[in-house]
Amino acid sequence: MSAILDRIDQRLLRETAGLHSIPRGAYNIRKNGVGIARESTANIEIRSKADQSGIEVIVKPGTKNESVHIPVILSAEGFSDVVTNKFDIGEGSDVLVVAGCGVHNSGSADSRHDGIHEFLIRRGARMRYVEKHYGEGQGKGKRILNPVTVINVEEGGVAELELVQIRGVDSTNRETRISLSRDARLIVTERLLTNGEQDAVSRISVDLVGDDSTARVISRSVARDRSSQVFYFDLRGRSRCRGHVQCDSIIMDEAQVRSIPEISAHHCEAQLVHEAAIGRIAGEQLLKLMSLGLTREQAESTILDGFLK
Amino acid sequence: MLVLERVSYTPADRTCLEPIVQDASLELRDKHLYVITGPNGGGKSTLARLIMGIIKPTSGRVLLDGQDVTDMTVDERARLGIGYAFQQPPRFKGLTVRDLLTLAAGNRAGDQDVASLLLSVGLCPKDYENREVDATLSGGELKRIELASILARNLRVAVFDEPEAGIDLWSFRRLAQTFEEMHDKSDATIVIISHQERILELADEIILVADGRVKELRSRDEVMKDIRDEEACRCSLETREGVEEHVGYFRQN
Ligand SMILES: Nc1ncnc2c1ncn2[C@@H]1O[C@H](COP(=O)(O)OP(=O)(O)OP(=O)(O)O)[C@@H](O)[C@H]1O
Ligand SMILES: [Mg+2]
Repeated sequence: MSAILDRIDQRLLRETAGLHSIPRGAYNIRKNGVGIARESTANIEIRSKADQSGIEVIVKPGTKNESVHIPVILSAEGFSDVVTNKFDIGEGSDVLVVAGCGVHNSGSADSRHDGIHEFLIRRGARMRYVEKHYGEGQGKGKRILNPVTVINVEEGGVAELELVQIRGVDSTNRETRISLSRDARLIVTERLLTNGEQDAVSRISVDLVGDDSTARVISRSVARDRSSQVFYFDLRGRSRCRGHVQCDSIIMDEAQVRSIPEISAHHCEAQLVHEAAIGRIAGEQLLKLMSLGLTREQAESTILDGFLK
Repeated sequence: MLVLERVSYTPADRTCLEPIVQDASLELRDKHLYVITGPNGGGKSTLARLIMGIIKPTSGRVLLDGQDVTDMTVDERARLGIGYAFQQPPRFKGLTVRDLLTLAAGNRAGDQDVASLLLSVGLCPKDYENREVDATLSGGELKRIELASILARNLRVAVFDEPEAGIDLWSFRRLAQTFEEMHDKSDATIVIISHQERILELADEIILVADGRVKELRSRDEVMKDIRDEEACRCSLETREGVEEHVGYFRQN
């Protein structure tokens, strides 16, 4: 791997995809707008789309316990990258998709990646999707990530999404839209930390279309310094379904957090719940940890690390 | 030895100017077990929080082995070996029981130690190690974990605030044993705030706190004798009433 990737690239891959070496299974690594390494397997095919605007990932029906890694790295300063990837997760399969974007910007121009991911999770299939965003570099140029994720889950399918952005992204505007058919299940966990002057907007909307579909969204965030965060949650019950959104933010310093929930029922047997809370770290939590010998700073970071775990 | 020297405390935000701890002086010796008891709202927890440094006295001093710790922060006092098991322990989202106990032990604890700590408070390690210390724990479970977090430490002064609250009867006996063992084996000053007779029995001395004042400090034997006398009284009264009831019943029939 070191032949094609320098040290910065390797670190970005580690932070976003947890990769220490060439991954097992299928993968596609995109660097500064071009694919630099790709591998398909017997069950998972990765190919360029006809118009070259991104890749298509096709998982054969019944594929079990396999993974696809599709990290993106941006290390050229001032680079703007737009990509649309499509995923076809075959019937009855069970796969892990690890996406994510790492940006290293040490220049003065902005670096930006707009990635659109469209998934079709076919009948009875299960997909775990992990997306990590990470930025670094000392330059004045901003690191901007605007991901759009669109997921259709067919009957009995399961989508588990882990969306994580903990460090170094200056500006993000993410949109996640999911539609659930009969008996389909969705679990979203979102973790977000902003500091400095960063700003983040996240919209998650879920359509519970089929009977007995269920959705659970757990969002936790920490806003520090002068950063700002805005969350939109939109849960629409169109059938006999159950949906639960739970969002929790810790606010510190001079940060700002807005949380705008909407739940709407278009069917009399839709059951939807929304819980939202914004608050400082509880004083008793700090005192408890300090009474075990931790300094205030150690106590604070222990609480935040746990919260965002 | 921990010394409170004429300690008073009036919360800054209180409209009523009456202090909630007033002129409290205490000498708490090494290897001794003290039980603080007294009516609700008497000032027991406030006294404990003054010892831990969670609140600072409005006047008076706190000394640990002759060193003035009055102006020390909570974590500084913790590092000198003062510990406090909260009456109402806070919950943490995302922090596991193992995380908390490992922190408590100063990151010295291995998995083995965490397991034995949990066993000592009557919790099965397998079921609890990886649980989060969050709202899903029951009140009694949370209190036991709080207790374990203090047992994990190597303390010079350990203060337990109503450790028996919410703990079921069966485990309560176990709890009393745990304190007895700690008393036997360690050199620490142990302070337990409690309303339970079984805990009072463990005390070398019993401190009565009411209306924000240390009312008296007496040996266990004196206090226990009073309690027994009172109980004996009540008991014989009940028996007499019971007999009369029976007699009345027979007379009527
Ligand atoms: N910050 C505060 N502001 C105002 N009043 C307070 C404050 N802290 C404690 N008090 C009051 O001081 C009194 C003593 O409280 P404390 O918690 O010490 O009682 P306690 O003896 O521990 O009672 P319990 O047996 O119910 O635990 C109570 O009347 C309480 O309401
Ligand atoms: Mg109390």
